[in-house]
Amino acid sequence: MIMVYKKRIDGRKFDETRKIEAKVGVIKNADGSALFKIGKTTAYAAVYGPKDLYPRFMQNPEKGLLRCNYNMLPFSGSGDRVRPGPSRRSKEISYVTENALLPVVNLDNFPNAVVDVFIELPQTDAGSRCAGICAASMALADAGIVMKDLVGAVAVGIVDGQVVVDLNYDEESYDKGDVADIPVAIIPSTGEFTLLQMDGRIKKKDFLKALDAAKKIVPKIIEVQRKALKNKFEVKNDK
Amino acid sequence: MTNELKVKDKSVVVPGEVIAEGMNYLPGPGMYRKGNEIISSQLGLIKIEGKVIKIIPLSGKYLPKRGDVIIGRVRDVNFSGWSIETNSAYGAMLSMKDGSNDYIRRGADLTKYFNIGDYIVTKIYNVTSQNLIDLTMKGPGLKKLVGGRIIKVSPSKVPRIIGKQGSMVSMIKRATNCNIIVGQNGIVWIKGVNPEDEIITVKTIKKIEKESHVSGLTERIRTFLSKKGRKVAGE
Repeated sequence: MIMVYKKRIDGRKFDETRKIEAKVGVIKNADGSALFKIGKTTAYAAVYGPKDLYPRFMQNPEKGLLRCNYNMLPFSGSGDRVRPGPSRRSKEISYVTENALLPVVNLDNFPNAVVDVFIELPQTDAGSRCAGICAASMALADAGIVMKDLVGAVAVGIVDGQVVVDLNYDEESYDKGDVADIPVAIIPSTGEFTLLQMDGRIKKKDFLKALDAAKKIVPKIIEVQRKALKNKFEVKNDK
Repeated sequence: MTNELKVKDKSVVVPGEVIAEGMNYLPGPGMYRKGNEIISSQLGLIKIEGKVIKIIPLSGKYLPKRGDVIIGRVRDVNFSGWSIETNSAYGAMLSMKDGSNDYIRRGADLTKYFNIGDYIVTKIYNVTSQNLIDLTMKGPGLKKLVGGRIIKVSPSKVPRIIGKQGSMVSMIKRATNCNIIVGQNGIVWIKGVNPEDEIITVKTIKKIEKESHVSGLTERIRTFLSKKGRKVAGE
């Protein structure tokens, strides 16, 4: 059989993301918060801090610490209950999220302190770590943290020989051909990658093509994030 | 080489947004220069003063500064003084000698002066590089707060609540008959003769916090207060 993945399962173009919705300031108690929705995947991020850090041995007298926590809610999957609490997977994603955000945030002014980022996902349909990173970077900006840029994240990959952007669950689990899923996070002003993971098999040529597709799509995601951040303050202008 | 401003004065910028190009402008705090561009590194309001661009943050925690008068809450009482919550990322210490002018005998009961949970108006007299804060009670207006109610506002809005030379806060004081103390750390103490006055004051301050970055603030607060049936000076 020749290449069969000519049309995407949900009818999108190959370089088109799912519908994105972003909102800032959704959790009033937090110092900064954001909602990032891409297709059915929904991520909430809340930022608390900078604040005192205990236990004391974790304190860094040179700069503040960034602590991320990724959590899928029990009912967020596609039917099976997700067991609550830390798992191998959620710990890994918390760790890569932290590393994806760390290059942009500047906590030099907050020695011995910590900034806590909580990412909660009430509904997931693939691309949850990317949605989490997008939400977290907006929430950090909303909290007034000094950061040199926002971070945009998206999954790119290959489905049966075709480079696609923002895979959903149906594509991730496509069984009639090879699938590779590559979540990436990019700092748009420098073009640096701060997250690069991969699931599946891919040719080097296709891999580079997929990364190019990510570089093209991330600025569009950043634009959505910026608009959401500004929206929080401009709505009041109309009153 | 282009020399131009990419954003308007008083517009909102987000981290990573290009504010200006070229060397005609100087970056203030909250932004950085990368090559030919000046890029924002904080969410805030742009203020252009001649060649210098400034960002007024719209959110963020209070950064302790020497000389600021703040309102703090007593967290703990130690042998040598009091530990105070400051609504910033760090706690503060009020030592015995800065806490009172009285001669305090060794082993005396320090809760007589300030007990846990008390709110105090206090001044920051030193901040170290590691953000350890030292407080003092020696100065005009520094005292323990008795009665009234406490509200928290965003520290970046404090200058708006106070107004030019205290114009805003004195307008509210006159209109509502309340005693108001605004700490630089975003804690506000309000005490009125009756609760209704206090509630209107709280509402007014929350309104300022919400709309502070939109121009014509004083006028709107004035109409807000007179709608509530309060006499406002300067009408």
